[in-house]
Amino acid sequence: MLITRRRAILGAALSFTLLAAGCGGDSADEPAATTVSQDDVQAALDAGGTLTVWAWEPTLKQVVADFQTTYPKVKINLVNSGTGNDAYTALQNAIQAGSGVPDVAQIEYYALPQFALGKAVTDLNTFGAASLDGTFTPGTWNAVHSGAAVYGLPMDSGPMALFYNKDVFDKHQLGVPATWEEYTTAAEKLHRADPKAYITADSGDAGFTTSMIWQAGGKPYTVNGTDVGIDFADAGTSKFTAQWQKLIDGKLLNPVAGWSDGWYAGLADGTIASLVIGAWMPANLESGVKAGNGKWRVAPMPQWESGGKATAENGGSSITIPEKAANKALAYAFLKYATVDKGAQTRVDNGAFPASTKQLNAPEFLNKEFPYFGGQKVNEVLAASAGQVVPGWSYLPFQVYANNVFNDTAGKAYLGQGTLQDGLKSWQDASVKYGQEQGFTVK
Amino acid sequence: MRPRRSIPLTLITALALIYSLLPLVWLLISATKTQEGLFGSFGLWFSGDFAFFGNIADVFAYHDGIFGRWLLNTLLYVVAGAGGATLLAALAGYGLAKFDFAGRRAVFAVVLGGVAVPPTALAVPIFLMFAKMGLTDTPWAVIIPTLASPFGLYLMWTYSRDAVPDEILESARIDGAGEFTTFFSLAVPLLAPGLVTVLLFNTVMTWNNFFLPLIMLKDADLFPLTLGLYSWNEQGTTAGGDVVFDLVITGSLLTIVPLIVAFLLLQRYWQSGLAAGSVKQ
Repeated sequence: MLITRRRAILGAALSFTLLAAGCGGDSADEPAATTVSQDDVQAALDAGGTLTVWAWEPTLKQVVADFQTTYPKVKINLVNSGTGNDAYTALQNAIQAGSGVPDVAQIEYYALPQFALGKAVTDLNTFGAASLDGTFTPGTWNAVHSGAAVYGLPMDSGPMALFYNKDVFDKHQLGVPATWEEYTTAAEKLHRADPKAYITADSGDAGFTTSMIWQAGGKPYTVNGTDVGIDFADAGTSKFTAQWQKLIDGKLLNPVAGWSDGWYAGLADGTIASLVIGAWMPANLESGVKAGNGKWRVAPMPQWESGGKATAENGGSSITIPEKAANKALAYAFLKYATVDKGAQTRVDNGAFPASTKQLNAPEFLNKEFPYFGGQKVNEVLAASAGQVVPGWSYLPFQVYANNVFNDTAGKAYLGQGTLQDGLKSWQDASVKYGQEQGFTVK
Repeated sequence: MRPRRSIPLTLITALALIYSLLPLVWLLISATKTQEGLFGSFGLWFSGDFAFFGNIADVFAYHDGIFGRWLLNTLLYVVAGAGGATLLAALAGYGLAKFDFAGRRAVFAVVLGGVAVPPTALAVPIFLMFAKMGLTDTPWAVIIPTLASPFGLYLMWTYSRDAVPDEILESARIDGAGEFTTFFSLAVPLLAPGLVTVLLFNTVMTWNNFFLPLIMLKDADLFPLTLGLYSWNEQGTTAGGDVVFDLVITGSLLTIVPLIVAFLLLQRYWQSGLAAGSVKQ
């Protein structure tokens, strides 16, 4: 029943993704002048008022509580607006209707260009956000930029690493794979030793695929205002598809869908032995896979060249101020509090993975021992990954749509219908067609 | 004459019965398990510890007891929305069946057309309209659209045509009764089985309503049960989210209990309603 509902929501999401992207422009190249000073922001704080924040990130609850204690005249209405598609559909709906628009909205990096291009979110240079350069990791700071404009402040990040079940690896005498080739060999060995066990689960996930191509040095998307290039034939992409095709052909991937109950069950019972995923994963393992307590470990992401040090981002989100927000100065005060000032630390203390370099490099953060991971200092590995993200990646200005059709195109390869490379080609075709329909110049 | 037993038919019915009861059995069994038990055991049999009552307590305690609030919200939406929809459908159906007026056929055509439009397709346009009126994120956003029930109207129209004889209405009018008095004291008792059918139908629709609240509501304090459980389920797909499949399952079980009770209570009215009008006196 949930599946059909989900479909219905996706349908609605599709019809609205275009609204933000539709009215594009190439005006993002020049930075907006600072028109709202720190004094204005402080004045807004002193005057007080009500802010509505749409966000799902769980640690924000504490941030909001602290903020209200520090600034008693400010009342924050924190609304969990759902995740991903639901949230973006709702936000687009509100923006289009022009009423009920929140003052602050959480938007994932992959979806941000869509809102930025449609001028649905405020260029934070108005508040002098450009001066925050260096506050955040280069990958996340790049992700909130469009030209010189800054459309959000990075809240969390997902530099990738290899999460693996040490018990399962030890039982089958598998070493921790340092390269993708070793990963594939481990996948074969594991599945041969225990036909129920798989190295990882993948039934086709757009976010994972783009992150893998990103790490391999592929740059399938080139975006310059409304000129968009989509090309899945580059060398980086083929590196990934060639390797991953071996896992698909050998039936070495657990076909369970990510984030389903079956997925959590597989992570718990050892039939999914590892995940290459974003740095936010520890919290999910701790709350969703209690049976894995003490068994899991974190290692650097497998590399394409032995000795290499390249990673990519997977997930992560920014907080933004919608263009139609009622009280922008106050909203900016909250943004800064939650991402740069005290709130950033509060969020880290509650288990979030930071995007700010100060929190990321703090000794108490790096040295934190995780009992769930057998006492390992997990953050050392994850923070190192954050510094090794391959630069120059960009998402489509209609990535939300593209990700929605991934499973109907590229995802077919996982069902044995054509190769992954062919699948990506048909994903490309679908994306090009959609982009053109929305008025983009797509090649 | 005693109907002959057919072995194939009995078998097919038995299969259909198992098929329809199996999810319920699964739900019932799963509600007795902890989250670890859910992951680690066979779905159609009990696992080690019996956590049923603990799960129920957890469902009502989680997030400051918001589940109880959702239950009350759902009740409100059902009473105001489904109740109101039934009343309106009865009035309109009766009116269409028993009064001759200009444009009656046009009204009827519009209603029939309305039956064909799925509510899901209307949700977004209604959202835009309500946003202009400032009604989104209020209980009205769920109640007002629910009040329109073209299918209920259609059912009440057919039912009124056969169940309320024109002669009775004429004699009432001759005795000097007003139209509303006639409707409420004469027609309603005759329409009771039909009303219950429509009420039951609207209740189920409103109780299970998901898409409309999803589009309209942002404030978790206003959620109906369906949307609330969905939001709990979605937590599992969020970075850093709390994974609470055990509460989702137990909550789902608790959500269907009132519906089952309503069905059992109203069933006999409903059955007599189904047969009405099938034989012409």
